[in-house]
Amino acid sequence: MPEGSAGETPVALVTGTRKGIGRYLAEHFLARGLRVEGCSREPAGWEAPGYTHHCLSVADEAGVKAMLTDIQKRLGRLDILVNNAGIASMNHVLLTPDATAVKILDTNFRGTFLLCREAAKLMRRRKYGRIVNVSTIAVPLQLEGESLYAASKSAVETFSRVLAREVADFGITVNVVGPTPIETDLIRNVPKDKIAGIIQRLAVKRLGRFEDVANVVDFFIRPESEYITGQVLYLGGVA
Amino acid sequence: MTSTPNLENSLSRAAVVDLVIAGVNEALAMAENPPDPASLTEATRLIGESAVLDSLGLVTAVLEIEQRLADQHDVVLVLADERAMSQKHSPFRSVGALADYVLKLAAEQGAHA
Repeated sequence: MPEGSAGETPVALVTGTRKGIGRYLAEHFLARGLRVEGCSREPAGWEAPGYTHHCLSVADEAGVKAMLTDIQKRLGRLDILVNNAGIASMNHVLLTPDATAVKILDTNFRGTFLLCREAAKLMRRRKYGRIVNVSTIAVPLQLEGESLYAASKSAVETFSRVLAREVADFGITVNVVGPTPIETDLIRNVPKDKIAGIIQRLAVKRLGRFEDVANVVDFFIRPESEYITGQVLYLGGVA
Repeated sequence: MTSTPNLENSLSRAAVVDLVIAGVNEALAMAENPPDPASLTEATRLIGESAVLDSLGLVTAVLEIEQRLADQHDVVLVLADERAMSQKHSPFRSVGALADYVLKLAAEQGAHA
């Protein structure tokens, strides 16, 4: 067993753990007794027993590869991956710079791809893995002003469905949760009336909560959920 | 993080050929009628008409080889890189070609470390 091995304790990797949903999920997993590895471009700014933070961009292939190698060496296993890291940019398409498109696709889509690829290599060793990618209700609601953000998450959804088929033989499931707006930095700059308009389009008319996301993630990552893969689950009653 | 100290000492061509064969055999172990593990040589075809592996077998073999390089030699490589996938003569065509490609990537990485 490698030094510092997690032994029987499941290991979860969550991206974008400095704040928001990522931090909530990391702390939620820790409370459930899991070992948690997290990452963000900057230091986490918080600490907890059982938590290790990595500073990297999820779109940096060498950095991602190095992080997964480090996890394998220190802990000897990876059970769960939640691709939460994401950026948004609210803008009319006709006013959106090309650089914004590159940045959003890099983080939201390429980052998810790279993490899934390297994590699945580790999970394959033990013939077990649970991958949860994060999308958004901006995809099915086709929200104006969020074209690139929604398109990048559409890519995540399609990628996840195909990946689910490709890694099923390795005992790995891949599912997607699509949250509604939650009070995070991601929507801080979205006008209040726009958020109210989105909420009116939900079946359950309120902002989302971190707990709502964690509930779906918990369902997807249960060992018993081995027969559930390639699914996209939207919150708030959006279909 | 991806450095490979004393590359010349730790990675001989013979060791890499053995490592590639071990990875391919691991992938073949999952096949229905695997060939005799001792029958694999440098000339064994990995892709194409007379290949010993199917597509999923090739994926498994590549991952097993990457894993062995990391575990046994501390060499962290992505074998299926852009060059590998676009080369006219695929480095995945035979055991020997793949061993050469591993050595080439490892040497490049060592030079950059």
